[in-house]
Amino acid sequence: MNESSKRKRNRGWLWLLLVPYIVTLFPQFYSTYQPTLWGFPFFYWYQFLWVILSALLTWFVYVVTK
Amino acid sequence: MVNWTALSVFILFFVLVTVIGFTAARWKRGNLSHIDEWGLGGRRFGTLITWFLLGGDLYTAYTFIAVPALMYTAGATGFFAVPYTIIIYPFVFVVMPRLWSVSKKHGFVTASDFVRGRFESSSLALAIAITGILATMPYIALQLVGMQAVIAAMGIKGQLPLIVALLILAGYSFVSGLRAPAMIAVVKDIMIYITIIAAIFIIPAKLGGFGHIFHVANEVLPTRKPVPGSLIIGPKAYSAYATLALGSALALFLYPHSVTGILSSKGRDVIKRNAALLPAYSFILGFIALLGIMAIAAGIHTKSPTMSVPLLLLKEFPAWFSGFAFAAIAIGALVPASIMSIAAGNLFTRNIFREYIAPQTSAEREAMVAKVVTLIVQLGALLFIVALPTTLAINFQLLGGIWILQTFPALIFSLYTRWFHRYGLLLGWLAGMAVGTWMAIAQNFKSSVYAIHLGTTVIPGYAAIWALIVNLVIAIVATLILRALNVHNGNDITKAEDYEEESVKSALA
Repeated sequence: MNESSKRKRNRGWLWLLLVPYIVTLFPQFYSTYQPTLWGFPFFYWYQFLWVILSALLTWFVYVVTK
Repeated sequence: MVNWTALSVFILFFVLVTVIGFTAARWKRGNLSHIDEWGLGGRRFGTLITWFLLGGDLYTAYTFIAVPALMYTAGATGFFAVPYTIIIYPFVFVVMPRLWSVSKKHGFVTASDFVRGRFESSSLALAIAITGILATMPYIALQLVGMQAVIAAMGIKGQLPLIVALLILAGYSFVSGLRAPAMIAVVKDIMIYITIIAAIFIIPAKLGGFGHIFHVANEVLPTRKPVPGSLIIGPKAYSAYATLALGSALALFLYPHSVTGILSSKGRDVIKRNAALLPAYSFILGFIALLGIMAIAAGIHTKSPTMSVPLLLLKEFPAWFSGFAFAAIAIGALVPASIMSIAAGNLFTRNIFREYIAPQTSAEREAMVAKVVTLIVQLGALLFIVALPTTLAINFQLLGGIWILQTFPALIFSLYTRWFHRYGLLLGWLAGMAVGTWMAIAQNFKSSVYAIHLGTTVIPGYAAIWALIVNLVIAIVATLILRALNVHNGNDITKAEDYEEESVKSALA
């Protein structure tokens, strides 16, 4: 299999990049005080967590589509 | 009263970055009388420099002041900056390498250059260029507001320090071009990281921990007048929160200074890696936002919310460290102000001067015009802040965000398709600009959130998003009509493979 068709095949992974939109754009799912973590209300630590997770996700997609 | 210790540290760091700014001309030496070298740093920045440059460019001093100020007065609403800076990067990862490739291939310096090449339309390119310049001007002015806040916090009155700072900025931008903010950004970002890491360990420890801080804010925010705040957003605010995050994210990389940051990198991989690395700044931004909450818990009372963070830092840190933190914020204003004005200079030169005034201009003259226009833009921003009320700059900045998003269809969709007709895009842009401006005026500039009424349901949302929807509908309808009438859609100088191409240089590096 040549380089460019291999790259095309791996493009399916790009769909993973939709995940950050789904998990952040519906605040009804995370807009609560409880459960807290180290004093942080859920609303805050959930969004901090997704900063890290979406960065890892982007790096993962970068590596598998290279 | 002047805080001499803080001021001395502040001046020390300011002098340091001034020296860096002027010496940057020698770095990665190139012919600075060429716009590609002066205004894009020769498209040679690698992953690390691009990370610092874009970080310094996107996370501006105004953000550092305005986001916690919003948290301080309204609470959770201000935290939309975090989802905003989460969802921007998957978009950048997928879309921006295409813009980089096609621009490298055809020597495009601005986004308008691309639109012109794609549609052979100087009117559409002009619309994009003017939108970019109009949206950028108040943004630069607001950087100075951020700087003003910290200077005032050190007890200095008057406009003189601001004028001096801006003249220095104008000087090294003129001499070194984009290399100056790129190098200064390294210093500035390290200072910001040090400040924030210190703040998140020291301030909560003094205030009784994060649990206590959130608890106090939860009690205080609902008592805010005239509009009560809240620590957690309520059901009525969901759509506003989500559309603000989405609209701001989609708009960010349409701004000329973001495009400049992208085009100055040396390859597609640099952009993709940065899409995964830049969230480090978003994480820091989250904590900067929380400084507003900490200010509440620390018992900071101020009529002007932009002072809440400077006052918090003064109260909780020794004077020398406050000076350091203030220098970080002030330098944080210089970096984006410099990049923004260079980007506006590039736009004017490429898409107005060369297009309409002097088509046969030489490369040297083109670069000189860019330098002079950049200077004018900077002085204009200074005048804006010194002579006019700050609210005007804030209102214009609010409009600028709405306006810039209206270039989305012409710029982003065109990276993938030429289905849209150039005049359809132009009409859509016009409609979006009109609707967005009208919504902001109807709100008396109090808010960028506009409630639309669909029968009995009321949906509050970011005006830029509503305007974009109108924009798209008009663009689609007009395109269908123009296509049916067989109106010529201009010639496309780009080819499908131009959007995917890795440059030879970057493959070797």
